[in-house]
Amino acid sequence: MQRNLWCAAALAAAIAPAQAQNAKSFNPDISLILQGRYVNGKDIDDRHISGFVTAGHEHGGDARGFSLEHSEFTISGNIDPYFRGYATFALADEEVEVEEAWFQTLALGAGLTAKAGRFFSGVGYANEQHPHAWDFADQSLMYQALFGGNLREDGVQLKWLAPTPVFLELGAEAARGQFFPGSEAGGDRNGAGMAAVFAKVGGDVGESHSWRAGINYLAARPVDREGEFHDANQVEAHTAFTGDSKAWIVDFVWKWAPFGNPRERNLKLQAEFFEREEEGELSCEDNSADGGACTGLADAYRSKQSGWYAQAVFQFVPRWRAGYRYDRLDSGTVDFGANPLENEAFKPTRHTAMLDYSPSEFSRFRLQLEQDQSMQGVTDDRVILQYVHSLGAHGAHRF
Amino acid sequence: MNKTLAVLCACAALAAAPAAAALNVMACEPEWASLIRELAGDRAEVFAATTARQDPHRIEARPALLARARRADLLVCTGAELEIGWLPLLQRESGNAAIQPGRPGYFEAAQFVALIDKPAVVDRAMGDVHAAGNPHLHLDPRNLLKVAEGLAARFAALDPPNAAFYAARQREFAARMQPAIARWRSDGAALEGVRVVVHHKSWSYLVAWLGLEVAADLEPKPGIEPSAVHLAQVLDKLKAEPAKMVLRTPYQSPRGSRWIAERTGIPDVELPYTVGGSDQARDLFSLFDDTLAKLKAAAR
Repeated sequence: MQRNLWCAAALAAAIAPAQAQNAKSFNPDISLILQGRYVNGKDIDDRHISGFVTAGHEHGGDARGFSLEHSEFTISGNIDPYFRGYATFALADEEVEVEEAWFQTLALGAGLTAKAGRFFSGVGYANEQHPHAWDFADQSLMYQALFGGNLREDGVQLKWLAPTPVFLELGAEAARGQFFPGSEAGGDRNGAGMAAVFAKVGGDVGESHSWRAGINYLAARPVDREGEFHDANQVEAHTAFTGDSKAWIVDFVWKWAPFGNPRERNLKLQAEFFEREEEGELSCEDNSADGGACTGLADAYRSKQSGWYAQAVFQFVPRWRAGYRYDRLDSGTVDFGANPLENEAFKPTRHTAMLDYSPSEFSRFRLQLEQDQSMQGVTDDRVILQYVHSLGAHGAHRF
Repeated sequence: MNKTLAVLCACAALAAAPAAAALNVMACEPEWASLIRELAGDRAEVFAATTARQDPHRIEARPALLARARRADLLVCTGAELEIGWLPLLQRESGNAAIQPGRPGYFEAAQFVALIDKPAVVDRAMGDVHAAGNPHLHLDPRNLLKVAEGLAARFAALDPPNAAFYAARQREFAARMQPAIARWRSDGAALEGVRVVVHHKSWSYLVAWLGLEVAADLEPKPGIEPSAVHLAQVLDKLKAEPAKMVLRTPYQSPRGSRWIAERTGIPDVELPYTVGGSDQARDLFSLFDDTLAKLKAAAR
């Protein structure tokens, strides 16, 4: 014992220079993202995606004219040699939202990393990206329909990286599940209201190419999740869904840079696909007083919907990038049982083109043109001008 | 240093562990991969995370790198924030406790060298400045001797049975490097006071060591790409006070330096910058042989 202690002390002395840090390191890293935009488009009161239940947590961005987007305030740092902490708050008028607040293990070893708190789920590719890291001014229709932007979870995540030459990562999450596709009441239980598993593989092809692909499965157990449909009399009907929501997501990203050096030119191709099935009971609030067909009945509900997007972003000279994205969803089949409800059968699509200019790593200006046909019978041609700036410590972006 | 080694040797003897398999070492930059080969020979399996054609500031924590970091026993990097855009992510997401900051499995070369260009004030208005100082430290070969000492000690700490082996290799490396440095210095004596245009502060240590003089920088601020306006200003400056050559690394675009070269008639020189940066620069010794040869040819 004595001998081991002496050895440990001697070893510590030998590596002492590595521990020398300046005093600043004891303070956490702090950063602030400033984002704002100007939007020119149609005046639409109730923006939604036709044929899909509205997923909560919209990130603003629908306002026309000048508007300030959420300002993201992030604090992060090592808690001690074993844990790291991270929190991002989204600030808007009269609103502070805890986007993420979690700790992560650093010392488990064996390829294991555990995370607990509120975090962006590891499912899919785009889910862990905050709005400032998006390649377009808005989120894909797929993520809007699936999660209302990003899937957040209050829970735990365990990831394991395999000790193989090829990148292989497996992950599992268990969470409260109060956010869409779960619901507030669905989270109020012993156990988890939402669970997810995922597997990612990736690697390099030669010096110039790298890729990652993933397959993900998500299951939520919403209770009394609110929704809105039109009934047989074309009157608005409020519904509550209790049951299972299960989704598969396949994600893929491919990056190219000559000799693996993205300074001058680089290309990023990205595509994701999802299919979601929901099964359970839907009750429709009595709206007969408004001339509606609902009488407060609860009956079986079943839906199967899907969608995808694909995008390409090309940096053709330093500072300048151009990108194109295509979104397509399929409202699929929705069976309301005995409830007198109707779902719009529709295939929402959107074309988006963008050009952005980054004077430095920390500032960016973007012009985006889009033709949005995500609402039945409406074609909204929008022009968006946006800035995204970051102050302070700016953490590394994921692949 | 000797005391440290003695302590480590004693530890090794006490531990009396069976001879370990080769250490799995990941080097952030090619110069450190080369130094690891000098010090550890076949006792280490080396992987370089970047090549001479890649900008060590701008690498992504790619899946392939994560898979490598997962299996590494030792991570050898420059530090001083050079790899801040990708290395922290690589360490955190690797699930490898051994290579976390502060652990013996994470080695920072910058901790063993006195850094230059330390900014008095750190403000992003000055560009992408490194608070700890200039991290391109390997281009002063005297720094390599210091880093080699630290690295050999670290190898010994991680692999006690081979401590004597690493110490011997380090002494042997120093014995070859010291006369080489003297030779380069006398070879490059004619370069003293030669005015050069640089692209980024990648050359500060080389410039200081050889006594070159920086006439202008193609970057308006560190990390900011050369703009047409700034290049025109550099050209004006050079007309008043000429320089002998424009220097760039293999990972930087030749556009800016060629533009200046065409308008001033001075040569634009791509130096290897690190091991693998030219056909001639195959290890740390030939890196400086080739660098000196190219500088002298351009200064003629």
